[in-house]
Amino acid sequence: MKGRCLPSLFYLELIESVSNNMAIDTDSLFTEASAAINAAASLDLLDQIRVQYLGKKGSLTELLKGLKNLSGVEKKEAGQTINKIKQELQKQIEAKKTSLQVLELQKKLESEKIDVTLPGRGQSIGGLHPVTRTIQRIESFFHGLGFVTADGPEIEDDYHNFEALNIPENHPARAMQDTFYINEHSLLRTQTSSVQIREMQNSEPPFRIISSGRVYRCDFDITHTPMFHQVEGLMVDENVSFADLKGTLVEFMRHFFEVDDLQLRFRPSYFPFTEPSAEVDIQCVMCGGDGCRVCKNTGWLEVGGCGMVHPQVLTNVGVDNEKYTGYAFGMGADRLAMLRYGINDLRLMFENDIRFLSQFNRA
Amino acid sequence: MKFSEQWLREWVNPAVDTATLAEQLTMAGLEVDSVESAAPAFNNIFVGEVVSLRPHPEADRLNICEVNVGQAENLTIICGASNVAQGVKVPAAVIGAILPGDFKIKKAKLRGVESFGMLCSAKEIGLAESAEGLMILPADAKVGESIRDYFSLDDQVIEVDFTPNRGDCLSVAGISREIGVLNNSEVTPVACDAVAPEIDDTFTIDVQAPADCPRYLGRVIKGINANAETPIWMQERLRRAGLRSLSPTVDVTNYILLELGQPMHAFDLNKLNDKIVIRRAKKNEKIKLLDESEVTLDENILVIADSNTAVAFAGVMGGFDSSVTSETQDIFLECAFFQPDTIRGKARQFGMQTDSSYRFERGVDFNMQQRAMERASKLIVEIAGGKVGPITEKVEEVSFPKRQNITFRRSRLTRVLGFSVENSVVENILTRLGMIWSHTDEGWLVVAPDYRFDIAIEADLIEEIGRVYGYNNLPTHSSLSELRFVEEPEANLNKARIRNTMVGLGYQEAITYSFVDKKIQQMLDPTNEPVELANPISAEMSVMRTTLWSSLLKTAEYNQARQQSRLRLFETGKRFIKSGNETVQETVIAGLISGDVLPTQWGSEQRKADFFDMKSDVEHLLNLTGNSDKFSFVAAEHPALHPGQSAQVLVENQPIGWLGSLHPAIKQQIGLNLPVILFELSYTYLEKGVVPKYCPVSKFPSINRDLALVVKESVSAGRVFAEIRKSGDDRLQLVEIFDIYRGKGIAEGSKSLAVSLTIQDDQKTLVDDEVDGIIQKILVSLQDSIGATLRE
Repeated sequence: MKGRCLPSLFYLELIESVSNNMAIDTDSLFTEASAAINAAASLDLLDQIRVQYLGKKGSLTELLKGLKNLSGVEKKEAGQTINKIKQELQKQIEAKKTSLQVLELQKKLESEKIDVTLPGRGQSIGGLHPVTRTIQRIESFFHGLGFVTADGPEIEDDYHNFEALNIPENHPARAMQDTFYINEHSLLRTQTSSVQIREMQNSEPPFRIISSGRVYRCDFDITHTPMFHQVEGLMVDENVSFADLKGTLVEFMRHFFEVDDLQLRFRPSYFPFTEPSAEVDIQCVMCGGDGCRVCKNTGWLEVGGCGMVHPQVLTNVGVDNEKYTGYAFGMGADRLAMLRYGINDLRLMFENDIRFLSQFNRA
Repeated sequence: MKFSEQWLREWVNPAVDTATLAEQLTMAGLEVDSVESAAPAFNNIFVGEVVSLRPHPEADRLNICEVNVGQAENLTIICGASNVAQGVKVPAAVIGAILPGDFKIKKAKLRGVESFGMLCSAKEIGLAESAEGLMILPADAKVGESIRDYFSLDDQVIEVDFTPNRGDCLSVAGISREIGVLNNSEVTPVACDAVAPEIDDTFTIDVQAPADCPRYLGRVIKGINANAETPIWMQERLRRAGLRSLSPTVDVTNYILLELGQPMHAFDLNKLNDKIVIRRAKKNEKIKLLDESEVTLDENILVIADSNTAVAFAGVMGGFDSSVTSETQDIFLECAFFQPDTIRGKARQFGMQTDSSYRFERGVDFNMQQRAMERASKLIVEIAGGKVGPITEKVEEVSFPKRQNITFRRSRLTRVLGFSVENSVVENILTRLGMIWSHTDEGWLVVAPDYRFDIAIEADLIEEIGRVYGYNNLPTHSSLSELRFVEEPEANLNKARIRNTMVGLGYQEAITYSFVDKKIQQMLDPTNEPVELANPISAEMSVMRTTLWSSLLKTAEYNQARQQSRLRLFETGKRFIKSGNETVQETVIAGLISGDVLPTQWGSEQRKADFFDMKSDVEHLLNLTGNSDKFSFVAAEHPALHPGQSAQVLVENQPIGWLGSLHPAIKQQIGLNLPVILFELSYTYLEKGVVPKYCPVSKFPSINRDLALVVKESVSAGRVFAEIRKSGDDRLQLVEIFDIYRGKGIAEGSKSLAVSLTIQDDQKTLVDDEVDGIIQKILVSLQDSIGATLRE
């Protein structure tokens, strides 16, 4: 209320002055107004001052109105002086307004300051199981080479898991794999190779198949779990050779471990469904081949088996084994994951402790 | 199989060291598992003779011995062993000797008498796992000879892991042959000269199953000393191969098995009735075997019998009643070739595997029996004395495995290996492998040697060439063959996409066993009888899961027990549901949440995760398909879920999964202390999405209208949504629910739903009258269909 009273008193005085002494009145009016603008502490106050001097009923406006009593020359001169003051004051108000706005924004910003070190709000991110990460990486590599993913049943029949793969009943190779049986005819697949058979039976060559998944063997100790994961690859075409197999696996392992000069060796071995057959060893990725606990001081790590598809297997699935040759390979995804991420205990894989699982959430 | 390197080098001795030899074997496919010293490190232990001994005056059990170790003076050594005696020869460690385990022998005073060494047991010098008393050496041991030399202990034991195809390598002879091939060096087989019969005794052999047993040799040896001591050299070779010395006949047959790969058996001749009969077992025929187990046989099993009863499980194990004992004087020695197919799997049928069955299953050289019989006879006579009779042999040659002519084409070799091996190299390798070959227009005609049961087709020969040439000497193609596009329909949501969505929603992926505890399984899904394993590892892993919840809940329990109470887990995998005679193996995705909905927070109110938190995640997954309209949630009951908090997920009215809170009773039984929300969805419907299709965005403003609708409690929000959708035209863009109110102002048994409608036309700006019209139409329709009224 006080603020509103003041200017009205002022205003009476000014009206009086105009009629008395024009020159002095305008000067002091300007000085007063200028000081008031300068002292304005807020945009509201500044606007009040603008109204007080320049508004419809403001001091300067009134002065202009008072000119009508003056003579021509005086009127003109006084008019010019007042207009000049008016313009100057307007300029000062604008300038003040800008600086006050800056100040006010600063104040507002100051009041809105937060502690940016407080943690963010909301859901945490999850992550994939290391074995899934590994399988996805492997599959994506082979997808790039034109392999397609195939899937098959985990409860298998004897034919697809053994017979078609050239492992007749009583074959010593059956003793190599301790099988979980459901009954006489069905079992839990011991290898993903059974998927190859189904795929080859159901379509025509050429084949490029990558198949991964759970396999089961009746074995449970510090280095074996009764369920584990295999990734199996198959390529059948008119001119596929052992050299292609070697080249593909060398390139794959180097990509997988991101070691450009990773050494591989192929050891003759025996699988009933391939001939020639080989075990694949890679230079130990823990010690670089110098020998350590992981590679039992040999410098080599066994990572999979491979070979040229046995002619009988091709015949079993109705593929002309004279026209076509092919290679197949199988790798333990759990073992590759362990080597890749430095996991030293296989059992951790299926305990699913979230303190273990969440370690694989990055990248 | 373990064997002594020294032994091997008697047969073949290429100029390569042990490590190279092991490497060669490994790289030829005979994987060397370990190479270990034949004995631990020790030194300064000699053959000592106890010249005299007297009791220690101060100790009852000790003797003061004067021991000749070949030095100028006898040593005084105090000994506590009970079997020490004058004249015995024993290993004697002298002052300064280091025993296995870095145990140093120093001069010591025992009850006032000084001792200048130690007399050793077999255990103390690392030649046995356990020992009672001193190791008594044969009387002919040379006093003063170093024990390491005496036992030839500076030797390595090589252990090889064989693949099932290499039955021909299961002996020192076989490995020598392989080493000879690899190094191109000569192999000197052990002499197997005929032992001249000194007696005429024979024993009748009646082979009634010649197809199973194409060759059977028998010989009578009379008057052996069954208690004779097996010579040290043989004992040591057996020991290094992991076999214990038992008696002269057992030791010799074991030795032949190791040396030549021919399993043999000795019967006590006087316990056999009339004759030896080789026949199939009768149904339920019983036999007590050497290991004193009794097995019940059937017609699939070949037995060696006498005129009364089975006396051996052919190719597997001898019978107990006819076995050689310390009283035996006359023996009948058997050496046979049994057909691999006859023996295969038979031992395993009874949970057995013997050194004999292992070899017969894989194939024994059918031309070796004569040599093995002569070699064994010679060794038995040398060790245990006795007089040998003539060999009786029964052969049916037509039943011998056939070694076929194999056409081996040059072109095929090159095509499969991806490399052209020179003809001369191929021929050289074939020759070294003992193959008989001749030239043909296309390449060669090859016959494999009798001992190679694994070579029958061209591919086998290709492998042999590759293997001996060296897999790692074959080229590696760096070009990864021609590239080919893979079909990737954009509408398919692959597993990676679905998994990554779950990860983005804060879920941690678990991989749990597919076999679970039957009890938990039945608690969660009592209507489906699970597939049971015939030979499970344990009760906790005995049935195939019919829902992933069975193992996810165990995982939750595992984590809660480890103070990890905030859980967001998912898993993808198969569930196995019996349907008639078939088992449906369907891939599903399942999730579990429990505990706080968010990680510990400062900035939002913390609460426990509930049904709707998970529902939102499930909706995210369903929305990925772009077919969200087709999915619906309906209240339904599942035995595992809270009856008031469970929904079945439908796609076009067909159930594809469940969502709900775990039933509190089950939660308690599993031992979980926090509420758990679960879902499981069939993968099939998630994988098939639609490719996005653009539809124009309206340029005209949209209008929002909020309605507070009062409906009966029994009317579900889903129903209200559906009715609004039905009555609104295509200008009704969006229906959202933003509040539910019950209480003051709303009649008991009713609720008020606050619904926000977004209305927009793609042709023009709607005026209020038009919007009112649309709303009015909706309200009228809602009133009719579900009795909804506007809240006053």
